[in-house]
Amino acid sequence: MIPELGHFALIIALGLALVQAVIPLWGSFNGRRPWMEMARPLAAGQLTFLVLAFACLLQAFLTDDFSVLYVAEQSNTLLPPIYKVSALWGGHEGSLLLWVLMLGIWGAAVAAFSRNLPLPMISRVISVQGMVAIGFLLFTLLTSNPFERIFPVPQEGRDLNPLLQDPGLAIHPPMLYMGYVGFSVAFAFAIAALLGGKLDAAWARWSRPWTTVAWIFLTIGISLGSWWAYYELGWGGWWFWDPVENASFMPWLAGTALIHSLAVTEKRGAFKSWTVLLAISAFSLSLLGTFLVRSGVLTSVHAFATDPSRGTFILAFLVIVIGGSLSLYAWRAPSVSGGGRFDLVSRESFLLVNNLLLAALALLVLFGTLAPLIYEAAGWGKISVGFPWFNTMFVAISPFLVLAMGLGPSTRWKHDEPARLARLLWIPFALSLGVLALCSTGLIFPGNLSVGLGLGLSTWLVLTQLVALRERLKNKGGLKALVGDLRNRSRSFYGMWLAHIGVAVFIVGATLVSSYGSETDLRMSPGAVHEVAGYRFQFNGAQPHDGPNYRAQRGEFVIYKGERQITVLHPEKRSYLSGGMPMTEAGIDPGFLRDLYVSLGEPVGDKGDWAVRIYYKPYVRWIWLAGILMALGGLLAVSDGRYRTARKSVQVPAGGGLARA
Amino acid sequence: MKARQKRLVLVGLAIVGVGAAAALALTALQSNISYFFSPSQVMAKEAPADHVFRLGGLVSKGTVQRAEDGLTVTFDVTDMAQTVKVSYTGILPDLFKEGQGAVARGRLGDDGVFYAEEVLAKHDEEYMPPEVADTLKTAHAKGMTGASDAARVAEQTTGAAAPGAVAQ
Repeated sequence: MIPELGHFALIIALGLALVQAVIPLWGSFNGRRPWMEMARPLAAGQLTFLVLAFACLLQAFLTDDFSVLYVAEQSNTLLPPIYKVSALWGGHEGSLLLWVLMLGIWGAAVAAFSRNLPLPMISRVISVQGMVAIGFLLFTLLTSNPFERIFPVPQEGRDLNPLLQDPGLAIHPPMLYMGYVGFSVAFAFAIAALLGGKLDAAWARWSRPWTTVAWIFLTIGISLGSWWAYYELGWGGWWFWDPVENASFMPWLAGTALIHSLAVTEKRGAFKSWTVLLAISAFSLSLLGTFLVRSGVLTSVHAFATDPSRGTFILAFLVIVIGGSLSLYAWRAPSVSGGGRFDLVSRESFLLVNNLLLAALALLVLFGTLAPLIYEAAGWGKISVGFPWFNTMFVAISPFLVLAMGLGPSTRWKHDEPARLARLLWIPFALSLGVLALCSTGLIFPGNLSVGLGLGLSTWLVLTQLVALRERLKNKGGLKALVGDLRNRSRSFYGMWLAHIGVAVFIVGATLVSSYGSETDLRMSPGAVHEVAGYRFQFNGAQPHDGPNYRAQRGEFVIYKGERQITVLHPEKRSYLSGGMPMTEAGIDPGFLRDLYVSLGEPVGDKGDWAVRIYYKPYVRWIWLAGILMALGGLLAVSDGRYRTARKSVQVPAGGGLARA
Repeated sequence: MKARQKRLVLVGLAIVGVGAAAALALTALQSNISYFFSPSQVMAKEAPADHVFRLGGLVSKGTVQRAEDGLTVTFDVTDMAQTVKVSYTGILPDLFKEGQGAVARGRLGDDGVFYAEEVLAKHDEEYMPPEVADTLKTAHAKGMTGASDAARVAEQTTGAAAPGAVAQ
């Protein structure tokens, strides 16, 4: 009975979404206040029924109701309870329901936290969100109903894929989806503004915190995914340029460009059309990502639940959303363009460079991801694009991005003197060149050009951010200003500052781990010793070991540096009781400056030998530390007091404009 | 400079940048793509002898052999019509199994053995890389095989799937 209730709740949610998409929007055009005022309650109602549907499915999982097909496919009585919860989004139908639920949460949040927005604006935003919800609810109900029953009822479920039975992956999809779906808010604001024909600084100010919050979730989601792939897949890599990873990275690149572009639109009134285009792109890329992951058109190492017929539906939806919003853009954008002028040397210019480069990177990733499809469609053969291509693209373009990132924060809006910039920044520039030269030539330690480039760029980034901070504090009266800024109103500068430092930390981590990391495949007999980067790995054989729902062979590695024993690692080779599929659980000794990483391949020969893979990963943690810093930077920026207090002051003129539109 | 000139400079720079990026992207692409070939195509000498490509099909039952020492492993990949011997040194992915689909990336040696740098295996009973499924379907359709295996496996491509694994 409960699953039918859930199904019914989804149908009601669809009905509400239909009303939500039409009535408030209509009301906003002919000025009917009661119609517009329906927007907020509708968003809340939408969320209520989605939560109800979600709770029904959750109940089916927790009570092992295998009469529900999706539960039978994803869960198992032996599964630990926490993974019964995360099994809910372990497959296609459930993750789609999570997607829709997130959409409901964002919609209700916009309705609840934007009391200061003019009514026509908010009703249009919520209507646009209703349209997106219609698409996804139809998709769920027509092609992927999670509440479908199965008869005869199986005794036991098929179990959750063992790779997904992991705390990192339990929270990775919700974070990622919060990010993906969060861009629907930026999208809805952009479409609402296009519909109203008025794009101004106020619009950018309303849209900015929402976009930043979505970006924070996406940043955390991507970092978690990378961390999970690193320790769980047992390949020791942190990024594979896999289509599924690219699917999350493209919206991130577009979203990063968007939050910078919104800054210009809010502060200077420039880049308006461009900002709208980015908002449309960021959300379209999120949809495209969903399409790529769900349709199975691309061979992916993590091809989850693929089904071509579902792909067709998403493709159609994608065409409607992208086609529709771009047509609206083409029709309306000419009337909203124009805005603040700026000189060649100005902060706007550097932000423009940043935007163009980020957009170029997003396009390149898109091209690389879709190239196999393009080639096949054109009859040029079946290809795959190797990850060296993606690396080459990023290494070629990112340095310019980092140069602009160093220049931007110290440059004045509208107009600046090149001489002033040179006076401010010549020391960081000289020092970075020095680092580049020293590391490239290997005078201090064995370096090469890529190490020199990476460390030189991060030096440049850190020093220029320090200069920008010093300049800001000098103008505001010393360290006391720092405390004051952080305590009340101007946190956004420090948010930007922290996120930029995060980028520098990322470059250090990525450069060092790819230049000095090592990977060794070897065959080890019990008692054998192998040395990597000054660490001695002693293999003590593998023993059987039983877990709650799996059996494992558990290896023991004792690791020494010099004569000192550092740690003992226990990598495992597991087979789950519900299915024969084996899984590698790596043994990792994490550290701030290096990780030691061992994984078991397979037993070889009959003397207890194992195929073993040993990794030495210097500075690999810095990659995820960077993700944390960027997310914290985002949080600081969002908590800036101006988003709460200043809203009222811009409300009146903007509201008047919208009401007339 | 006048505003118009400035805008021209910016637009010019943007065009030069986009052009450079596109040129770089396409040149680099040439050396980084790998084509997919089936065992039948390899035997028909359609695959390049001097370039990395991907070979895919089913791993023939009973052909996986480990060397006495070291990590070299050899196995046969078949599309039910033709078979190519593959040699790989390293750790195979968890989901690599006899009788199931696999894709190997590497070069064809002069001795007719395919030397793989990377092996990608399917990850559960129901997933098959689309290229492999096509390969099997093609071989089946041409009547080159009587094995119902190929058709069965090819039909499974639409099933639910979960992560595969890569060994490098």
